[in-house]
Amino acid sequence: MIEYNKLIFELSIEDRIGYSLPDTKFNNYNISDLDEVFLRVDNPDLPEVSELDVLRHFTNISNKNFGVENGFYPLGSCTMKYNPKINEEIANSRNFKRLHPLQPIFTTQGAFKVYYDLQKILSEISGLSEFSLNPYAGAHGELIGLMIIKKYHESRGDFHKNKIIIPDSAHGTNPASVVVCGMEVIEIESNERGRVDVDFLKETVSNRDDIAGMMLTNPNTLGMFEDDICKISKLIHEAGGLMYNDGANLNALLGKVRPGDMGFDVMHINLHKTFSTPHGGGGPGSGPVGVTEELSDFLPNPRVKKMDDNFYVENSDEAIGQISSFYGNYLVSLRALIYLLTLGKENIKYVGRYATLNANYIKNALKTVYELPISGNCMHEVVFNGLINKENDVKTLDIAKRLLDYGMHAPTIYFPLLFSQAIMIEPTETESLQTLDEFINIMHKIAIEAKETPDKLKDAPTRTPIRRTDEVFAAKQMIFSYKDYLNYIDKRDN
Amino acid sequence: MSKILKDLYYSDDHEWVKVLENDVVLIGITDFAQSELGDVVFVDLPEEGDELVQGNEFGAVESVKAASDLIAPISGEIIEVNEELAAEPEKVNQEPYEAWFLKVKLNDSKELDNLLDHKAYKEEISE
Repeated sequence: MIEYNKLIFELSIEDRIGYSLPDTKFNNYNISDLDEVFLRVDNPDLPEVSELDVLRHFTNISNKNFGVENGFYPLGSCTMKYNPKINEEIANSRNFKRLHPLQPIFTTQGAFKVYYDLQKILSEISGLSEFSLNPYAGAHGELIGLMIIKKYHESRGDFHKNKIIIPDSAHGTNPASVVVCGMEVIEIESNERGRVDVDFLKETVSNRDDIAGMMLTNPNTLGMFEDDICKISKLIHEAGGLMYNDGANLNALLGKVRPGDMGFDVMHINLHKTFSTPHGGGGPGSGPVGVTEELSDFLPNPRVKKMDDNFYVENSDEAIGQISSFYGNYLVSLRALIYLLTLGKENIKYVGRYATLNANYIKNALKTVYELPISGNCMHEVVFNGLINKENDVKTLDIAKRLLDYGMHAPTIYFPLLFSQAIMIEPTETESLQTLDEFINIMHKIAIEAKETPDKLKDAPTRTPIRRTDEVFAAKQMIFSYKDYLNYIDKRDN
Repeated sequence: MSKILKDLYYSDDHEWVKVLENDVVLIGITDFAQSELGDVVFVDLPEEGDELVQGNEFGAVESVKAASDLIAPISGEIIEVNEELAAEPEKVNQEPYEAWFLKVKLNDSKELDNLLDHKAYKEEISE
């Protein structure tokens, strides 16, 4: 295939028109009638291209992409599972696509049933009382969940409770959400088993009354189940705090264990992870937030409620407010409901079981050549700390880049931050034994290359449309737009 | 194997302290630290005149992998900041013991006793 490296602005030819429209009938006004503040001074910077130019450009660019439909995509903590096509088929039907949130409510009862039913199923799966599907993504869900925790404390007059405990293995979004919410983070270290140290936690919360809660991912980002979770919840509750569950790793527990039963009061779920809706650049995502009955009054507006067989919308003064324009990414919620209904209640318990089995299969097959920093069974994902044999100074980055040459997406690397050469592999339950074996064989092959021909790894990738990128340059020179690019070229050449 | 210089003091947080004269020291990060961090792209430092407190965070080093806090190995007043690192953070990777971050006037030279010597630091990073 011929390499395609153009920006759409580079295809632009002055005065080229994409689509010729008939003369407008609305010509009984003058631009000069408009107030000056509404007039543009410059033309907008848009490329002047034909429809065919646009089509070819984006088709060519899409060929450079790699997604779960191209090959294995074991990105840890991301649950890149296959998105069944039935979800797309139904979500693409005009009955759903043409809906408008401001239609009269008697014409959208079916749409509200989708929202209500999914909300009910998520409540049942997670052991919580009620969900809002309005948050647009995982980190948005975190923020909403924390706002609910804050509101809870404020409603009791506990304005001083503003500290959230977070373990050092947490996703970076957790502390970020806390700060955005106007609270403060207390970080606690993991123990040698890669889990929360209960004694240390006890010490941390003792003699202070400013603990608002704790954010915890279970299983955590090392793929380890926090087996002291009931003790942890008890400690936090006794300190007057609430437990927040980051649902990023819910896939491992699906249909087996419920966060609500572990003592969590608030959680978000990533529909784009656990419930198979598209993920990554292909999103959009969705981060429903669920709460216990005690907190349900604080859920964001608008809420979808049911009376007899009718659905209606409720806005409450108790709510934290409205955090989305309407009902979140509605068509994503629809896909998640379809996934759940096609899977069925009787099969959902196999999701976590097979996801965990697949991760442990990979762990055992690779632990002879890749360093396993935490022993014992993992859950749905496994973390290695680079190669055991460090002699040729081959880094995790080199291994990840070499995987691309073999047609597989690289796992998550350099996260969690607990190990300097972390590589985090999550196969999900949607991959076959043959794919797992192929991945394992390639990882062994790469380990041999690291020993015998390390340059092959350090030069990798060699077979991709774009070779190794210059990360230092990318981090130092922020080029986000064509304008930035032109400015950069101008500066460089003069 | 990471390089460790003999006549420096070291902290558990992988910073080095070089005593110049009259209780004036230079502070930087060790060869081990830069190699664990990977390519450094940004060094966030305090300003001249600011006070350091031993054990407290005073800035951050950002690499392509992650951002890491800098923990003050000693207490004192900052009398000079290495401005070169703003334009050339890669110096931290190239010459970790030349690319000093801060020049500090010590409050209490006894604090140096809380730091490691080269032998103890070598043991620390081989664990």
